[in-house]
Amino acid sequence: MVVTPADIQIKLERILPTVQKPGRYTGGELNQVIKPWDSVDVHIALVFPDIYDIGMSNLGLAILYELINQRSDALAERGYVPWIDMEAEMRRTGIPLFSLESKHPLNTFDILGFSLPYETLYTNVLNALDLAGIPMASKDRNETYPLIIAGGHATFNPEPMYKFVDVFVIGEGEQIIHEIIDTYQAWKSSISSRLELLVNLSSIPGLYVPSLYQVKYKSDQTIDRHEQLNEQANYPIIKRIVPHLPPPPTHFIVPNIETVHNRIPVEIMRGCTRGCRFCHAGMVSRPVRERSVNEIIQAIDESLKNTGFEEIGLLSLSSSDYTHITELVKTVTEKYCGKHLGISLPSLRIDSFSVDIMEFLKDSRYGGFTLAPEAATEHMRNIINKPVSTTQLLETAHQIYSRGWTTIKLYFMIGHPSETLQDVEAIADLCKAVLLQGHHAIGHRAKLNVGISTFIPKAHTPFQWVSCDTVDQILAKQDILKRELRHREIKLSWTDQKVTLLEAWLSRGDRRLADVVFRAWQNGAKFDAWQDQLKFDAWTNAFAFYQIEPSFYSHRERKSDEVFPWDHINTGVRKKYLLQDFQLSLEPQIRSDCRKQCYACGILPMYADLRRENPGDAWSCPEVKSPPKIAGRKTPV
Amino acid sequence: MRIRITFSKLEAMRFTGHLDLFRSWERTFRRSGLPLAYSQGFHPQPRLNLACALPLGFTSDCEILDVWLEDVIDLQQINREISEVLPPGLEIHDVKIIDDQFPALQTQVASAVYVITFLDNIPDLCDRLLRIESSEHLLRKRRDKTYDLRSLIEQMACLPVSEDGNQKLRIRLSARESATGRPEELLDEMGIKFESTRVYREMIIFNC
Repeated sequence: MVVTPADIQIKLERILPTVQKPGRYTGGELNQVIKPWDSVDVHIALVFPDIYDIGMSNLGLAILYELINQRSDALAERGYVPWIDMEAEMRRTGIPLFSLESKHPLNTFDILGFSLPYETLYTNVLNALDLAGIPMASKDRNETYPLIIAGGHATFNPEPMYKFVDVFVIGEGEQIIHEIIDTYQAWKSSISSRLELLVNLSSIPGLYVPSLYQVKYKSDQTIDRHEQLNEQANYPIIKRIVPHLPPPPTHFIVPNIETVHNRIPVEIMRGCTRGCRFCHAGMVSRPVRERSVNEIIQAIDESLKNTGFEEIGLLSLSSSDYTHITELVKTVTEKYCGKHLGISLPSLRIDSFSVDIMEFLKDSRYGGFTLAPEAATEHMRNIINKPVSTTQLLETAHQIYSRGWTTIKLYFMIGHPSETLQDVEAIADLCKAVLLQGHHAIGHRAKLNVGISTFIPKAHTPFQWVSCDTVDQILAKQDILKRELRHREIKLSWTDQKVTLLEAWLSRGDRRLADVVFRAWQNGAKFDAWQDQLKFDAWTNAFAFYQIEPSFYSHRERKSDEVFPWDHINTGVRKKYLLQDFQLSLEPQIRSDCRKQCYACGILPMYADLRRENPGDAWSCPEVKSPPKIAGRKTPV
Repeated sequence: MRIRITFSKLEAMRFTGHLDLFRSWERTFRRSGLPLAYSQGFHPQPRLNLACALPLGFTSDCEILDVWLEDVIDLQQINREISEVLPPGLEIHDVKIIDDQFPALQTQVASAVYVITFLDNIPDLCDRLLRIESSEHLLRKRRDKTYDLRSLIEQMACLPVSEDGNQKLRIRLSARESATGRPEELLDEMGIKFESTRVYREMIIFNC
């Protein structure tokens, strides 16, 4: 039975008044784009596999929405998964998952593009496909079903989702999206098989079509090798990057209801040169490329006019490292001070310079000051390559308290490689020392918020060889902190160890986990990223059903020559480099900011042609001096 | 400068709650570039004042907003500049100047007129109405407080069946600050599910 947008509208009429926050499902916001359905060839639904409130703040999809809708031959609309109450109503009344703009059922689109920034969204993807009436397994979908693509940071290890997603976008989407649309369009008019479409896509640099590869395992369950099943398919699959950041989006959709971030997000730079060894984003988003102050200011101006948002977020992985940070902050302050705007600048280094910078931005709406030392001793910070001296940290804390902030937020991780209970006790001691600085500066008005997350060794990082803490270890460490930091002026929060475990399994999972993901969804798992929704039993039962031992993924130290499930995905950073960096962590020896000295991580040779074409300050990597190679070699663009 | 804006709240905007509506207006003014005034103090708030909250899901053509601007600006210009940047679902009908010393908008509201459209045919609608009308008291509980719904109903009348064939009801309910009648509570009293109706606020009646 075909459900039309009009059918959906009529049914929604009666359902919306009965559910929580119906504004999640209406669309109709300022700046949404609705094109006549038949005026374009390619219809794309951009889907964030969580609720509207969260998905609306996703910058990646906002970028793609604007880029696709600028084309005259394609349209992009939005889809989100409904909250539990709405899902029940939709299933009861037979409403398939639909797009907010035109209310078309998602199965009538040509392409569904899922954003997968983190692993705990996987079951929601399956739920979304089910709600849309689309077969979940890629092999069960013929030409009449939409092409399912997915991108985002989690897809740097796509294997646990290989059965469900037709095409993974590895890396940055700004250019590749156009190549996907063009290829799709050519295929659509050619009336050929779906396999042909997949094969055509599989040779576009940065695209991974999992059904065109097979994995061979060893007797110990580790991987022997990845093999192409089709000669055209990329091997390895090299991360796609844009040589310089395109103009940022400025026509953000303005929600009519509260969402998690109500702000204009402006990416001031992409990538990070710090090389913290636990940091997935820092490794996979290299090289560093910056936007000019002019371009940023222009984007803020236009976005303010277009949206009227009350906050501007200047986003990057390490704001203090943005070359023109002082100039940027001064200009922003001069232009927007006194206009009742909040300006946020996350990810600052722990030093007095950061306090100077933030003082510029102090407006009526500032909250606490956030620092992320991640570990409490200098020794441990050297292991994770986030060196900062304790003296400097305390000095910075003192300055923050004495210059007007009453609350400091400190972020730590427990479970770092070789961490002992003494290292965890040191976290408590350091927190108390920081608060003491507050007492010295402003007495008992000083407050401290402490956020404790648990380290997960992520794929493509120097720590990908190490094992996670066991549940007992995690709980023992959390107990120390709960006991030691029971204090009127300290607010402690931590991550549930179950969420940590699930993320650990999925982020280093192989193809065998696809069945587990499916089974977990069948067992009722969804909204796994929500601590209060996570059905841990659904997962452990799914592992048991397939007789897969989950600790194989989370609690196993890998040999240095092990082939990883994600080894066919190439981020540009060499595996040898990561191993070398891991070995340095054992000494521990640090590697300082690679702007000062190139450590040859592999990015430069991989993208030498791009760098050669974009000389100067656009990249933080050194210039390429060698002449371009003439023929033969496959380049990433 | 204090101005009073009469506006409609329709379409998708009907699911924007009271607090979110304030934010939509603040953003509208920021887009327009008009100098919205803010309160003094540590957490300045935009000086916006709505006559009375429109419950979630209702539409209206008679919402009233008082706004303070930093400068004196021509009304036509205000009307034009806001209209250009309004989000879908909000429409301006009128902008006028209000004496700054006038009492707060909320204290002036006396009653509100609603038109209820029934999506399903209710054969005994008139009987149900009569039962309400002939009751002396309709005691109900709202947040653990007992109140008399009957005393909040000022007028009720069935309307001729509209072109789309739906039955309609016009009601006038008290909308004083301490005594506000709610259409959904009346519907509940009549045994009708709120989601099988559309409620539209037609008019807000002021004291003076």
